[in-house]
Amino acid sequence: MHSYEVGLWIFLLAAFLGFELIRRVSPLLHTPLMSLTNAISSIAVVGAILVAGHQDASTFAKVLGCLAVTASTINAVGGYLITDRTLKMFKKRGER
Amino acid sequence: MTEILYPILYLFAAALYILALKWMNSPATARRGVWAGETGMLLAVVGTLLRFEVVEYHWIMLAFLVGAAIGAPLALKMPMTAVPQRTAIAQAFGALAAALIGTAELFESHPHGFTLVALTVEMLLGYVTFTASLVAFGKLQELLPGRPMTYRGQNIANLSVLAIAIALGVAMNQTVDPTAIFPFFVGFSLLFGVLLIMPIGGADMPTVIALLNSYAGLSASAMGFAFDNKLLIVAGALDGSSGLILSIIMCRAMNRSFTNVLFGAFGTLQTSAKGEVEQRPVRSASPEEAASILDAARSVIIIPGYGLAVAQAQHKLREMYDILTRRGVDVRFAIHPVAGRMPGHMNVLLAEADIPYDKMVEMDEINGEFPMCDVALVIGANDVVNPAAKNDPTSPIAGMPILEVDQARTVMIIKRGMAAGFAGIDNELYYMDKTLMLFGDAKSFVSSLVKELGAQVAA
Repeated sequence: MHSYEVGLWIFLLAAFLGFELIRRVSPLLHTPLMSLTNAISSIAVVGAILVAGHQDASTFAKVLGCLAVTASTINAVGGYLITDRTLKMFKKRGER
Repeated sequence: MTEILYPILYLFAAALYILALKWMNSPATARRGVWAGETGMLLAVVGTLLRFEVVEYHWIMLAFLVGAAIGAPLALKMPMTAVPQRTAIAQAFGALAAALIGTAELFESHPHGFTLVALTVEMLLGYVTFTASLVAFGKLQELLPGRPMTYRGQNIANLSVLAIAIALGVAMNQTVDPTAIFPFFVGFSLLFGVLLIMPIGGADMPTVIALLNSYAGLSASAMGFAFDNKLLIVAGALDGSSGLILSIIMCRAMNRSFTNVLFGAFGTLQTSAKGEVEQRPVRSASPEEAASILDAARSVIIIPGYGLAVAQAQHKLREMYDILTRRGVDVRFAIHPVAGRMPGHMNVLLAEADIPYDKMVEMDEINGEFPMCDVALVIGANDVVNPAAKNDPTSPIAGMPILEVDQARTVMIIKRGMAAGFAGIDNELYYMDKTLMLFGDAKSFVSSLVKELGAQVAA
């Protein structure tokens, strides 16, 4: 099986898993859910590091790669922090 | 050694991401979900830095520091009312990262075949989402007009731009030197992102923000295909399906289709109909009268809308909630799925004001309770409580699920004046015999209610 074929199977299964997981999230938490998935998608940083740190990378690729690392780090750090800050505010009665 | 280590770290990272979403299903475990997400990200980054082909660290470390220095204050200082804007700008950064990585890879490794297809999809989604999120940010931050911007033939123009962008993407996959076509491909993708959001009004922002979230995820997934990286595919697919399911929920909550949201330019078409609305009498009440009705009630349901966020009235509302609860009044909050500017916006706003989340009730659960409720108090909401959605098949919002406020024994509506809501439709609710209009700014009116209620305690 080609590598991209394996990839497509993984994509299919992960997408359905995502649907099942998200369906169970209470509408109460839809805003923090969005900031969390946003932070999760900043996993793009992996690709950015591979481009920026590659042994044969040209200056052009290094510059773009480092910009991409910066952009995804902003997204990751900001996303996780604000999700946690938002979730901290959700309290039951008597908890405050 | 590290060549065995990094795939294992990636595997753990993917598992932690799945757990992160699973733990988001309840407020009790949600913070654990954030922890899982952070740890997953950390493992992925460490694993990647350990890979043998990654040899250059200095600039990457600097980029981490700069990113953290910008990202942290953005998250910690941003007021909670600005959460929709923050989400939009974060999506812009994420999409930009994906687009830049795709670009670098295109020029560096001269890809072909399936890899090039994946890179093209990644860049198309990345560049479109980048400008689209920026325009959405501009509208939410009110740097750009929030009303839909429309002109004749807009849909045809927009679709043509998209078609050209896709055609150029296909052409890149057919030629020997894709980099020659690349600048035009990027130009049209960026342009389409702008054009896509221009006609979208504030009320449709929840759907669009969720949809852009989905695009950003799919772009990361496409990157995973280009780099043959399963972790990216999984994380991107999770984000992509999350954004998609949220936008479907938002569309259903408005009884509209995707195409209608994206190409319908809601909120502009009804302006002509407004002139025909005759002046009808309404009953209004002073804060004093309203306070004594609230005081005498046994159960009160409060319906917050975007107007509450604009007026920053949530903290005053908490004071009112405290006073009423202390006197044994059962106070709950009815949350419509599309209230506010992003999914779950109202819940965050109320939670920020320390209102317990077990008092915030979803539309389907609370609708059966309105007939037993003494007072329904609408603050800054309009279309989501308009009975025309149920009763008038010709109404532009016909079929949209609403909070059935008209079933309550008494309805009170805090409103600045008699202007129509976002959809530009008149609201029957205002003219009912049991409705009391409370004219004024949401924050100052709730303040006077708090004052009156306090005075009645003293008396």
